[in-house]
Amino acid sequence: MSIDNSTVKKVAMLARIKIETSDEENLKGELNNILEWVDMLKKVNTENTDPMLSVFNESMPMRDDNPNCLYSNEDILSNAPDRKSGFFIVPKVIE
Amino acid sequence: MTDFSKLNIRSALKGLKNKEFTSTELTEFFIKKIESNNKLNCFITNTFDIALEMAKKSDLKIQKNENIGPLQGIPIGMKDLFCTKNVRTTAGSKILEKFVPFYESTVSQNLWNSGAVLLGKTNMDEFAMGSANTTSFFGNVINPIKSKNNPKELVPGGSSGGSAASVASYQCLAATGSDTGGSIRQPASFCGLVGLKPTYGRCSRFGMVAFASSLDQAGPITLTVEDSAIMLQSMVSYDSKDSTSSKKEIPDFLDFKNFDCKGKKIGIPKEYSLDGLNSEIKKIWDNGINWLKSAGAEIIDISLPHTESALPTYYIIAPAEASANLARYDGIRYGYRAENKSELNDLYEYTRAEGFGKEVKRRLMIGTYVLSAGYYDAYYLKALKVRKLISDDFAKVFKECDVILTPTTPNVAFPIGEKQSDPIEMYLNDVLTVPASLAGLPAISISSGFNKEQLPVGLQIIGKPFDEVSILGVAKTIEDSRGF
Repeated sequence: MSIDNSTVKKVAMLARIKIETSDEENLKGELNNILEWVDMLKKVNTENTDPMLSVFNESMPMRDDNPNCLYSNEDILSNAPDRKSGFFIVPKVIE
Repeated sequence: MTDFSKLNIRSALKGLKNKEFTSTELTEFFIKKIESNNKLNCFITNTFDIALEMAKKSDLKIQKNENIGPLQGIPIGMKDLFCTKNVRTTAGSKILEKFVPFYESTVSQNLWNSGAVLLGKTNMDEFAMGSANTTSFFGNVINPIKSKNNPKELVPGGSSGGSAASVASYQCLAATGSDTGGSIRQPASFCGLVGLKPTYGRCSRFGMVAFASSLDQAGPITLTVEDSAIMLQSMVSYDSKDSTSSKKEIPDFLDFKNFDCKGKKIGIPKEYSLDGLNSEIKKIWDNGINWLKSAGAEIIDISLPHTESALPTYYIIAPAEASANLARYDGIRYGYRAENKSELNDLYEYTRAEGFGKEVKRRLMIGTYVLSAGYYDAYYLKALKVRKLISDDFAKVFKECDVILTPTTPNVAFPIGEKQSDPIEMYLNDVLTVPASLAGLPAISISSGFNKEQLPVGLQIIGKPFDEVSILGVAKTIEDSRGF
């Protein structure tokens, strides 16, 4: 499978990364090279194999549902690029 | 007067305990070393004031002989992806250039509880994505080791390049690293050190900046095998704040001293004799085999048939997980934010375009693509199935052998600037370390010899799940046999 410029644009949009039109060709080449290389997996027979999401095989019990508050509002906002009155500031999203 | 530049953790602990010197003196020595080695660029942030304060507290404890921790007064470097409370944590990225965590990672907290002293945060590839420490926003790290025939500056390996180079140049007694596909073992090999990636689940991931969560594991980079065991002991713990933290019993890792190679079965996988494997490395691998044989081990030939599929599998799974993990960097709650964007989507897209470096963006694109509708089955799901086959290969051979011995890397440290034009060429650095990562197995790299240019070569020992003691034991046998 080879990807074209419109796929590059679409993937960049999905990844929320702005790319300039001038970068598209270069990115397309790089991504295609990598995808071509990983395509070698196609020849591996996985017909009767289950996917392995994690090597971790211990039980993951729910923790007790005890409310606690480790961090203050000030902590959470301490690295905010923009803040006001205890809230994060974002560009206007509703008309 | 003790020569501080000949110390390791074990001998420093002894000197501190016998009051031959203080932690403050030791810390001042390393601060001077860091200042005079500035050009190697091992540290992103120095924390000298904190170090001196921690050293002073250690000295008081040692003086009063009260609550002395297993690393009391030992100055270390902390890879800059372990969140440290009130100390900037960047993960080598512009997007976190000014990020100051308000909490502490479990691994670093464990180390402070053991009495370790924080000298600074070590440089690394951006978000741990790299094998040469050339993707850091804060500049590349220089390997303190040079070829005897060539004056060119060499890479320290990556992604824990600052950690490895700082230990190799005695800017600290040990450092933490993190390993997703080889990021502890490969730099340890390039810098002539011991690097250990424990079993997945041994160290808590809480407070570690995430790259690929099903693979990321913390571990130590040290001068000796014994130091590796001492550091590891203080890093591991069960942690309810990490859902994949293991509840398995934690052994005394120093028990490796009772490990006897006699009668142990050492597996030599034929698939690791790659076409591209450097002949001098092959020879050192043979030396390793002979040393273990002399120590009474039985060498057996094994096969891990899916080895060649491991690297492409890794380069689907790791970017896929990264694309999900790094979605959090959106310029809203913390980190870099692009200026003057009045539309939300523009804010996201420009923040990430300006905040991430080239390699990170490349992997996020790959990860996003392999998870996207229409390609998920062909790439991501396929890779998960091959991962199972790779893991099954190991489970099968571990019925026949106790540990596996391989080289750590197909080549030695290379000059800065090389392997930059083709990403896959850089990825191939990890071809021998990635399989154990995918299977979640413990693995250690031990410096085992030098090529004719006097560049160090590491051998890798891979163990059964949760059997760090055996890989430490085999590494110790090599350390005792290698003749330096």
